[in-house]
Amino acid sequence: MRPQDILKPVPAGLCCAPGGFHIDPVRPVERAVITHGHSDHARAGHGAVLATQETLDIMRLRYGETFAGTTQAVRCGEELRLGDVSITLHPAGHVLGSAQVAVTCKGIRMVASGDYKDAPDPTCAPFEVVPCDVFITEATFGLPVFRHGDAADEVKKLLASVALFPERAHLVGAYSLGKAQRVIALIRAAGYDAPIYLHGAMEKVTHYYESHGVALGDLRPVKGMKKADLAGTITLAPPSATSDIWTRRFPDPVTAFASGWMRVRARAGQRGVELPLVISDHADWDGLTATIAATGAGEVWVTHGQEDALVHWCKTQGLAAQPLDLVGYGDEEETEPQPSEEQPAGEET
Amino acid sequence: MNRFAQLLDRLAYEPGRNNKLRLLTGYFRETGDPDRGYALAALTGALSFKHAKPGLIRDLIAARTDPVLFALSYDYVGDLSETVALMWPKTPPQVRASPSPACGRGPGWGSATSAVAEEPPPGSLRDPTSPASGRGKETVPSSLHHNNPPPPTLTDVVTTLRTLGKTEMPKQLSRWLDELDETGRWALLKLVTGAMRIGISARLAKTAAAALGDKDPHDVELMWPGLAPPYLDLFAWLEGRGDKPVNRDAAPFRPVMLAHAVEDSDFASMNAADYIAEWKWDGIRIQAVSGRNPGGEIVARLYSRSGEDITAGFPDLLPSLRLPGAIDGELLVVRDGLVQSFNVLQQRLNRKLVSPKLTKEYPIHLRAYDLLGDGETDLRPLPFAERRARLEAFIAATGDARIDLSPVIAFDSWETLRAARADPAAAGAGADADAVEGVMLKRRDAAYLPGRPKGQWWKWKRDPHIIDAVLMYAQRGHGKRSSYYSDYTFGVWTAGDDGQQLVPVGKAYFGFTDEELLQIDRFVRRNTTEKFGPVRHVVHEPDQGLVLEVAFEGLQRSPRHKSGVAMRFPRINRLRWDKPPRDADRLETLERMLKADAGG
Repeated sequence: MRPQDILKPVPAGLCCAPGGFHIDPVRPVERAVITHGHSDHARAGHGAVLATQETLDIMRLRYGETFAGTTQAVRCGEELRLGDVSITLHPAGHVLGSAQVAVTCKGIRMVASGDYKDAPDPTCAPFEVVPCDVFITEATFGLPVFRHGDAADEVKKLLASVALFPERAHLVGAYSLGKAQRVIALIRAAGYDAPIYLHGAMEKVTHYYESHGVALGDLRPVKGMKKADLAGTITLAPPSATSDIWTRRFPDPVTAFASGWMRVRARAGQRGVELPLVISDHADWDGLTATIAATGAGEVWVTHGQEDALVHWCKTQGLAAQPLDLVGYGDEEETEPQPSEEQPAGEET
Repeated sequence: MNRFAQLLDRLAYEPGRNNKLRLLTGYFRETGDPDRGYALAALTGALSFKHAKPGLIRDLIAARTDPVLFALSYDYVGDLSETVALMWPKTPPQVRASPSPACGRGPGWGSATSAVAEEPPPGSLRDPTSPASGRGKETVPSSLHHNNPPPPTLTDVVTTLRTLGKTEMPKQLSRWLDELDETGRWALLKLVTGAMRIGISARLAKTAAAALGDKDPHDVELMWPGLAPPYLDLFAWLEGRGDKPVNRDAAPFRPVMLAHAVEDSDFASMNAADYIAEWKWDGIRIQAVSGRNPGGEIVARLYSRSGEDITAGFPDLLPSLRLPGAIDGELLVVRDGLVQSFNVLQQRLNRKLVSPKLTKEYPIHLRAYDLLGDGETDLRPLPFAERRARLEAFIAATGDARIDLSPVIAFDSWETLRAARADPAAAGAGADADAVEGVMLKRRDAAYLPGRPKGQWWKWKRDPHIIDAVLMYAQRGHGKRSSYYSDYTFGVWTAGDDGQQLVPVGKAYFGFTDEELLQIDRFVRRNTTEKFGPVRHVVHEPDQGLVLEVAFEGLQRSPRHKSGVAMRFPRINRLRWDKPPRDADRLETLERMLKADAGG
């Protein structure tokens, strides 16, 4: 049996024919295994969904109770027989509940990583290296210019700016699932204990993190705050909101953006970001290459992102590698459902 | 170097002037001598060393990285220094194989099975900070190698570069690149290649330094030519530890006096007899200063109105500045006795190399407005009328065709002057009238005061050109305006392949009031036809769209613009909600203006 007989890219996503399911399908399918709750991986409308409890909870928060016909929660490490294959989930270190999917069939083990990072994150389970024959890796930051560095240093930059501009509000653009909570946790770890304000769009998921024992300190909705009272404060908001009319409620806001893309000046400049924070929930170049080596995989499939460079690198390491033609996945900052931009101030949900 | 790099990094993203000042002053406060002095020198362009060529940087990165990966990265990032700064591997490939337990990347991974065996129970949240894949905790800098020398300071870099031979450069650069972090490498490469474009003027850097000691930036400007990096005496004075440095430069800059724009309503309280009027020439305002150094030789310098030394750009004017004194005047290009337009003068601006061909084709000329110093005497406290008399004598004594007097305009009432302003050719400017952009009014009794003192000098510009154009695209602004569509591209009608179409002729982002900005912003949001990142296409049909009355100072041909014309100083004059787009102006109107400008 060849690897492509076990997992195969089809228009709906990565299809496991012998197991009768798709991984992170972009179209409604009968049975879906979902790696994590970001909207480009977790879509509503599948017949049966299998994922970690956290991912199922997050999908329910985002799409409502009826997001799938049936659901099944699987614990990481728990082995499951599906058709001719057995699968296990393993922490991916990307966001709360994120998991890699290991598929084993007739002695061949393939791991679909979903999105992952090997850097520490106090808000989710750490990435686990799963030895395998074929590793399917993401490549969001698959160029050697992407090295994310220490996220704590980036938060120091933010706090230094808050100290330097006490009369201005600091607006931090961060994806509402995962990045926002990680940034808040890092701010707390740096010793900042004043209230942190939240855009309405990230309240629910943040409270979900808190209910899972992730301590985030004093969090308050920004809605209803007086402009003057927001001087010297930090507010977390979805990236798209930080350049929106919504920002007019803040006194002379400093626009920060927490993202791996902030490594490249032109990207930051394009978005009108004043304070780029290089904080990513994806593995950087060193993380990608180190992880590929650590899995011991002899064959690597590269998907969503900068496939070319990573495929080239694999080949220089003597590994068989190919880009996987999967469409529909982006980095979540680009694909996050926009909190309605035209909404008048004060009405965000 | 890393701290300086952080400053540059932050400045590069900060749009607001006051915030830039805060960042700069904060840096000067926190950073000791001599680093901050060299930083000030770097920001004011006062450092001089031989710059590294981009080819050298390419060679360095080629020796360290895979060419395919470099090409893909460069293609993505688009900037050589930045690409190299980001992808520079800390250690050369051949000495890479020394795994350390603190840094589990690369070869330090060990076998996959043992890595898994050490993992916490799958899915566990009990120890969320444990380094899962062998990476250090976030609190331990990943760049921590035991044997690494400390990164170079800015002082190390600057002093080394000054004496470094060409052959030693590659090795030294590699060493520094190894020692610095990403931002540090970026700043280093910008510095050594001489391409530090971060939107900071020398003036702003000096103002920030002055703020450190709560001093007037004019004072710093005045003493500046007598100072040298790393400016220990300047910082000592600013911090109250030393005496005020004295400018011993033979040809120092004097802070410039500026005029207010006069409004029609101002004339009611102004008496024509109190004023002297002269043409406002459309060139570059400068100060030309000559003095004798201790050796008795003449030292001549040209300064921009903000005090930047621009002498190097105009070597052809220096021999004419042989009398000690300080002239306030306008730089112009004069060919065969005729003052050329600003467009022609532009060929002489911001030149690194001034070739004999350039000086021959664009002969530079100084038209004198005022005399601030005559020999050793400071004339600035004198009334303008007296200074003018001294100026006339000074220019006569100079006796050089490259320097002449800006003529005064005879007038006895505001009406006569209004007529002169409307038709400078008939009022004495003759064939040079095209280079006149209005009239200057100076009180006879006005001393020469720095800055823009009230009621002393007035500028009365010619009326701008006006056209009605149609808003086509809008872009979000920066800083305070980042939530507003405040940058507008506008177009005029022209006959195209498919009938009448709009062709963009310019961009403007000011001229409107805050209330008008709100109105346009609302219009843009409600009438967007397409979005491209921060840019919106706004509806522009013959009977649907917004007409903007655009004012501008001049036109020039431009092959870079689709319309073939470029506007000088365009701004939004008025919103024409009342006018349907079909009635906006046509490109032919602009072309006629262009002909009139060039032919007159």
